[in-house]
Amino acid sequence: MKFLLLLIPCLLAILPIVYNLIEPRLFGFPFFYWFQILLIPASCLTIYIFHKQAGR
Amino acid sequence: MIDHLNWPATLVFIGFFGLVTVLGFFAARWKIADLNDLAEWGLGGRRFGPVISWFLIGGDLYTAYTIVAVPAVVYAIGSYGFFAIPYTVLIYPLLYLTFPRLWSVAHRKNYMTAADYVFGRYNHRGLELAVAITGLLATMPYIALQLVGMEKVIQALGFEGQGWLAHLPLTIAFIILALYTYTSGLRAPAMISFVKDIMIYIFVIAAIIVIPAELGGYGAIFDAAGTVLDAKAAASGGKVAAGLLLSPQQMAPYATLAIGSAMALFMYPHAMTGLLCASSASTIRKNAIALPAYSVLLCFIALMGYMAHAAGIKVDNPQDAVPQLFLKMFPAWFAGFCFAAIAIGALVPAAVMSIGAANTFTRNVWKPFVDPAIGPRQEASLAKLMSLVVKVGALAVILFMPTKFALDLQLLGGVWMIQIFPAVIFGLFTRWFSGWSLFTGWSTGMILGTWLAWGPAAWVPVHKLFDTDISIYNGLIALAANIVVAAVLAALLPNTAPDETEAADYEDAAVSKATA
Repeated sequence: MKFLLLLIPCLLAILPIVYNLIEPRLFGFPFFYWFQILLIPASCLTIYIFHKQAGR
Repeated sequence: MIDHLNWPATLVFIGFFGLVTVLGFFAARWKIADLNDLAEWGLGGRRFGPVISWFLIGGDLYTAYTIVAVPAVVYAIGSYGFFAIPYTVLIYPLLYLTFPRLWSVAHRKNYMTAADYVFGRYNHRGLELAVAITGLLATMPYIALQLVGMEKVIQALGFEGQGWLAHLPLTIAFIILALYTYTSGLRAPAMISFVKDIMIYIFVIAAIIVIPAELGGYGAIFDAAGTVLDAKAAASGGKVAAGLLLSPQQMAPYATLAIGSAMALFMYPHAMTGLLCASSASTIRKNAIALPAYSVLLCFIALMGYMAHAAGIKVDNPQDAVPQLFLKMFPAWFAGFCFAAIAIGALVPAAVMSIGAANTFTRNVWKPFVDPAIGPRQEASLAKLMSLVVKVGALAVILFMPTKFALDLQLLGGVWMIQIFPAVIFGLFTRWFSGWSLFTGWSTGMILGTWLAWGPAAWVPVHKLFDTDISIYNGLIALAANIVVAAVLAALLPNTAPDETEAADYEDAAVSKATA
């Protein structure tokens, strides 16, 4: 189950069909760009949660 | 030769280059130990904690070539160049799940390379050699490309020259690098990576604040770049897919290139070396959480390709776009600072790559096949010598061959690197595959991957899957064949070879938990 958590950002990252859009924009960034930029901290967070749950 | 030199920029550039040269030689005295021992010279004594590792691995993976090439692709064709971002999203979960296990077993059995581990696990010399040769083949052009990154910024400083003189600054820089790598080993890039990474953070942060402020904000930058790219796509009559979004045909290549590159990355000897010199498995886990900070940086570096369009920069070679952007938008001294950051950014990976290649050659080619009686001290001297040979080879590629050649070889290098993924990564979790089955799978993947890349005019990175319209990265197609062959053979001939590792060797030691 917990591996699923790590998988979510990865799956989103490799499905450009989900984020290949201009709108909605954020601070002038088209969706394609800000979504992928946000995926990075999101993926960090999932690894961190996984790490804490593993109790290391 | 130096009539058009930008003096303020050049002086700043030389100043920083001098600083890291001093650091490079001084590094021999850092965490002092016997540098005639290969584990000390080539792995820094496996003593680098989370912070040093963060700088070193970050400096090692996000290379100068990346900093020049990614925005160049974004400048040339737009969104497709962003595949580097999903790629960096994929690498860290992979790192977190696999490399602490590899580190643990390597630490217990004193493995220094991927091929060392593969031999210990499968007791198969052919597979060991396959893993070693793949790494060596893929690393050489990669080092050469670091030089391309460096040469771009030296040109941007206004240096001109004819014949061999044109490459003089690059040659000098590389000789200096070769000398301090020889004396200080992995400590040199580790120490220099602090300077490099801090400089790159400074210039990227300055760029993402200053440049949009002058160009009217990010919205204006994207609009301007979109207009230029759409005009380019229209002018080509639909042959070039360029724009702010991916075309439907680009989606599968975008995703598979990201997956393939992510699987290849940690197979490279330089990534392996950077990770194995960590002080514990827990250091690697912490870095899997903290390293993505560099990926955010990379996003903004990629966007510099668009900033160049918005700033009205027109260059024939897209790799000149970012250097020209700095010259236009920044005062000369700060442009010099940025160029120094990129050039130093080439030194760290080039040093680690040459050390990784040297370790691999010494441990997995020379020792088993030429001189099995070699002792630890001779290992270290041979590796030092090899690090020089590798660098001279890379320099020769740049001096005597067209850059395109190094570029094509590097693309092919990625395809080759993925073919050792089953041997290295599957092996961390199962011994079901045998050495022979993995070796045959590797051969299949190497041949198929190389054959697929062979186009009539140039190397082609993607291929259509059967009769569909979906194009897939060659590396992944070859990997699929590799795994199928390995699995079928392993099912037919079960693995009976001796294994010098045990299940417990892959787990964290109780001690490392206490010190983590």
